[in-house]
Amino acid sequence: MPGLGASFGRGGATTFLQDLQHSDCIVIQGSNMAECHPVGFQWVMEAKKRGAKVIHIDPRFTRTSAVADSHVPLRAGSDIAFLGGIINYVLQHEKYFKEYVLAYTNASFLLREEFQDTEELDGLFSGYDASTAKYDSTSWSYAGLEGDGREGGKGAGGDDLGHAEGESHGSGGPALNPNEVQKDWTLQHPRSVFQVLKRHYARYTPEMVEQVCGVPASQFLEVCEAVTANSGRERTTCWVYSVGWTQHSVGVQYIRGAAIIQLLLGNMGRPGGGILALRGHASIQGSTDIPTLFNLLPGYLPMPQAAEHETWEAYLDGIRSPQQKGFWGNAESYVVSLLKAWWGEHATKENGWAFDYLPRISGDHGTYQTALDMVDDKVEGYFLLGQNPAVGSAHGKLQRLGMAHLKWLVVRDLNMIESATFWKDGPEIESGELRTEDIGTEVFFLPAAAHTEKSGTFTQTQRMLQWHHKAVDPPGDCQSELAFFYLLGQKVRARLADSGEARDLPLQHLTWDYPLDADGEIDAEAVLQEINGRHADGRLLSGYLEMKPDGSTAGGCWIYSGVYADGVNQSARRKPGSEQDWVAKEWGWAWPYNRRILYNRASADPDGKPWSARKAYMQWDGEHWVGPDNVDFPKDRAPSYRAPEGATGPDALNGDDPFVMMADGKGWLFSPSGLVDGPLPAHYEPAESPVVNPLYGQQANPTREVFKRKENPMQPSGDEPGADVFPYVFTTYRLTEHHTAGGMSRWLPYLSELQPEFFCEVSPAHARERGLENHGWATIITARAAIEARVLVTERVVPLRVGGKVVHQVGLPYHWGVGTDAVVTGDSANDLFGLALDANVHIQETKAAACDIQPGRRPRGEALLRMVEEYRSRAGITVETGQQRMTQRNEP
Amino acid sequence: MSLGKSFLGWPVLRQLTGEDRTGRGPAAQSARSAGLLPRTKTADRVVDSVCPYCAVGCGQKVYVKDERVIQIEGDPASPVSRGRLCPKGSASEQLVNSPGRVTTVRYRRPFATDWEDLDLETATDMIADRVVETRARTWQDLDHKGQKVRRTLGFASLGGATLDNEENYLIKKLFTALGAVQIENQARI
Amino acid sequence: MTSNPARDAGWVDPPPRKGFFTDTSVCIGCKACEVACKEWNAVPDDGMNFLGSSYDNTGQLGASTWRHVKFIEQPASTAVDLGLPRVGLPGQQDTGERTDFRWLMESDVCKHCTHAACLDVCPTGSLFRTEFGTVVVQEDICNGCGYCVPACPFGVIDRRIGEKGVTKNVGIAQKCTLCYDRLHDGLTPACAQACPTESIQFGDLDELRARAQERVDTMHDQGIPQARLYGADESDGVGGLGAFFLLLDEPEVYGLPPDPVVTTKDLPEMWKKAGLAALALLAGAVAVFGSGS
Repeated sequence: MPGLGASFGRGGATTFLQDLQHSDCIVIQGSNMAECHPVGFQWVMEAKKRGAKVIHIDPRFTRTSAVADSHVPLRAGSDIAFLGGIINYVLQHEKYFKEYVLAYTNASFLLREEFQDTEELDGLFSGYDASTAKYDSTSWSYAGLEGDGREGGKGAGGDDLGHAEGESHGSGGPALNPNEVQKDWTLQHPRSVFQVLKRHYARYTPEMVEQVCGVPASQFLEVCEAVTANSGRERTTCWVYSVGWTQHSVGVQYIRGAAIIQLLLGNMGRPGGGILALRGHASIQGSTDIPTLFNLLPGYLPMPQAAEHETWEAYLDGIRSPQQKGFWGNAESYVVSLLKAWWGEHATKENGWAFDYLPRISGDHGTYQTALDMVDDKVEGYFLLGQNPAVGSAHGKLQRLGMAHLKWLVVRDLNMIESATFWKDGPEIESGELRTEDIGTEVFFLPAAAHTEKSGTFTQTQRMLQWHHKAVDPPGDCQSELAFFYLLGQKVRARLADSGEARDLPLQHLTWDYPLDADGEIDAEAVLQEINGRHADGRLLSGYLEMKPDGSTAGGCWIYSGVYADGVNQSARRKPGSEQDWVAKEWGWAWPYNRRILYNRASADPDGKPWSARKAYMQWDGEHWVGPDNVDFPKDRAPSYRAPEGATGPDALNGDDPFVMMADGKGWLFSPSGLVDGPLPAHYEPAESPVVNPLYGQQANPTREVFKRKENPMQPSGDEPGADVFPYVFTTYRLTEHHTAGGMSRWLPYLSELQPEFFCEVSPAHARERGLENHGWATIITARAAIEARVLVTERVVPLRVGGKVVHQVGLPYHWGVGTDAVVTGDSANDLFGLALDANVHIQETKAAACDIQPGRRPRGEALLRMVEEYRSRAGITVETGQQRMTQRNEP
Repeated sequence: MSLGKSFLGWPVLRQLTGEDRTGRGPAAQSARSAGLLPRTKTADRVVDSVCPYCAVGCGQKVYVKDERVIQIEGDPASPVSRGRLCPKGSASEQLVNSPGRVTTVRYRRPFATDWEDLDLETATDMIADRVVETRARTWQDLDHKGQKVRRTLGFASLGGATLDNEENYLIKKLFTALGAVQIENQARI
Repeated sequence: MTSNPARDAGWVDPPPRKGFFTDTSVCIGCKACEVACKEWNAVPDDGMNFLGSSYDNTGQLGASTWRHVKFIEQPASTAVDLGLPRVGLPGQQDTGERTDFRWLMESDVCKHCTHAACLDVCPTGSLFRTEFGTVVVQEDICNGCGYCVPACPFGVIDRRIGEKGVTKNVGIAQKCTLCYDRLHDGLTPACAQACPTESIQFGDLDELRARAQERVDTMHDQGIPQARLYGADESDGVGGLGAFFLLLDEPEVYGLPPDPVVTTKDLPEMWKKAGLAALALLAGAVAVFGSGS
């Protein structure tokens, strides 16, 4: 996640699940950990047993809240106000960890005079261009740096095409030349990061938190007190989040909010501290590290952009500054090794390592843009590989309509998911919008192999790769993706082997010879070895420090280099936990370099001594860094080391620069680059909200990605006319008993019987207001859809008093879909959403939006369409509604 | 001859001759009950695995008999999960042996109202043909601004978060070499 | 030392009595126990029914549900005043002790009573006391008479309904066996093995009771006076439970009988009377036939 990347340097969870047991306080916010990660939650219970305080901050009272010490209900979509309130509390009451903040963060760095804060511009930062709805981030940079602070690169917000750069910091902070930065060690300079931070959050008072979040000031202060009392030399607090934070039009900044708190309180890099990102799929971390994502190459190297990266040299200069500190400074070695891994002898110094074989991106090619392109008949073919967008993606109708425009669709899954059957039993067939006989999409359903039927690695939530061994052969036609894509590659290459077309060279030259295992299938270990990398003589690399920019090494994903250290599949190590210390380094393998707590140099003070005996972890013994983990720092670099003038890359890291991927070695309270929507988190309302932003004239994120099209009607928000047609906040989530869009749970009787029907959760007061009956039916309506759900009336949902009015919230689990093949089916909550995305990462806002709710079942057929149309018309919705990113009152 | 079938095994005789005069304990125990053993005991092999659902990454033990998965349990050796599983992880056996799992290729012709069968090899060939044709038809050396892009926006891919790293690697590698860029996964949901 | 019903049932040198301690204070209601039980014991699904009862769609223990997680939503006694009318859900009572809303969860299971009425009434010997002190139905012996069903004071056991040939063991009485097969090999029962938070603990009953008492004492020290054990007392009406619980409220709140009594408590007396009557009858017969000879 770039929120972490632009704060600490890497986009993965900074700690590991077992480390939670050492926390003195655990704040779970934007996560329903007990329900979505029950087995990981055992470590929260261990901490609780040891006396830790567990706080759950969430719109709903969930199974996590049930065992927490306190549950703080807040309005969905208001977390930044809450986090900003904590930051303000910490600064006003001087509760920050001063030695830590001075030594390990950029608090003392001075900003430029040109920088203007949201306080001065009523919700905008300096550099905003209303015509493009984008920032030029030059003014956010440090004082004393030339231009935007990068050599030859561009500002983070200056990308007027893809503006996807924010994500490219999964393992390397943004480029920046730190040498000339001015500092004020007293933290008193008005342009110091510290003072800017203080001013930015000064209005985030307990009273403001109450007004925005609906959390009583007293309850908010209890959280502040618990968090600050459990941070410092002797104690540590951990923050846990998941998609309750990321799925917002300002999601990346939620995570930045927690990053700032954890840096101020000195909780980063220390046992029991950190920020634990909990991820929802077995290898969603892995599929970001080795990205099946449009804007990334393996190891968070950016995909080349058409405009800026015309040449190899331009690309290199664009992704790293030659003057920068830290291990990202060696990015050239990582890219060259990747290109060598893919094109072998055909990647030479002369041809820029075959850099031109890479396609270029030029804008958003994300999944939602692609769905719209399908509707426009720009896309002919689609592969679905274990994902069910007809149910799991926002705006389900758009997904299904898009697929109905395809020429061909390949669905590879364990079960006959709704995305494979939309043409015969989807909601649009029932409503009459589509007729099966009119849909020209050719559909191939290819059955996939299960995890027990193939070998390979998953990368779980704490960056750990674990090898799973094949137990049995896949039944029937079932095949692993490995086998299928290897075969598809062979077939495609065979068809183009004799082509003289230049476009076919990358395929003809592709390294695609893999050994077969005993079963005659492509050997997954050989692929993992390619990922790990080799020297020219074939020896496996021991880690990315061995990678060279001269073409003498090849490796498919630099951050995974070391998974085959010593020629051993480290991910397959299974030394029992009971035979190891609690860090259990000999179980699996975690990137980078099998480190379990990232930035753990910060677990010691600037002199290399533990901050306290109670929180000792890594320390300097006079010659080396020692402790239970692998140090996330040059092993033998003394705390007193000061880099010589002119040093770059890892050599430039001082002995007290724990954030080794950052261009300046420090944790970023203020992000001078790397994010497209601001250097500091500011509270914006969700794109669709019944509430007027109490903090700024700017209502919603001014850089959020919008799609002004008739297929994507958005609702009026705040005090706009028609907003009252959708008076309620709703949020979506998962249940323990199901998995995401249901492809791996709704076909299983044992799971389906536990949660057989789609339901909505409403408070008793809300039920009275709308005449909803427990166990009855309700219809939930937005500008896109009307869906029906069974009703659960529960005091676990409470109405909140926000800005002087009562706001009701509706909870909707999103596991069900309309079809006929699953054991249990139902309407899909994701059909309710329109598309409004976070500009950094193109993640949709599905954790907070506005709706209406009525008792009873929804209409069928055409009547259903009329109902939704009637709502749109009553709210006065046009194609322009909700698509203006800058709030009108901001304009001079 | 087993106890249950011999005259001496008659419960009433055991009740009268043994310690269990009430007939509620050993005297009532059937031969089947006496011989009950966990089916995992007779597995042909036990394979180390990892739960396929969420990202906690719980260790699993997969028990195989006669080339069929007969039980999946938590692996007590895992320092992360310590042998425990949630309801989804506990249902993993049903996931892999799911009664509803489709194990043959299904094919829907354009405008057809139902599925038909298709041979796997044929299906793969057809898909390879589609990829090659679509790519040729939609290839861009330059975009509308005249910038070098050498790509196709003619086909897309979605999914990867449930797959192995090695699989994602091959998908990204092949599609990138084909010039396809709309490669996406669940990280954006 | 607890009583040992296995020894009472005639087992010579039985192993220590095994049982469950279910600590509801750490239950997260995940239902892993329900699924793990079904997976191991091949218990069929129990129907796809939305009950509208919090997160409980299982309903009750029965022939096809051997573990059942209950969800109890307790309203706060002094709710934050939003100026909104408050409505309670049916059956919700305020204890007056708490100020916070609570969501209680409890994984219910067969209690493996020390004095088990189901076992007492079983005419076939299908239900028997194992060497581990547990109560197990033997599916190869049960004739489906159903006497055990009303005998259970907890409503645990039931006969399986379903289509013969499709569903296994239709008509046969079914319930938790404490994974009798697993115990034979020293394994932990499936539910306890899976439980993510150690809410379900398996072991020697003596040890579990000691551990449970310690846990209650700790919780009392932590200012949770409502914590209490249920079924850990051998002097109760069923002689103590092999599967006992730590509860956070009165047993009734969890749908448990506050003072369970073995329904066959009076049986010995009844049998004695019946025996005397039979003897009298016999004496009379002897007298009649004797005199006639």
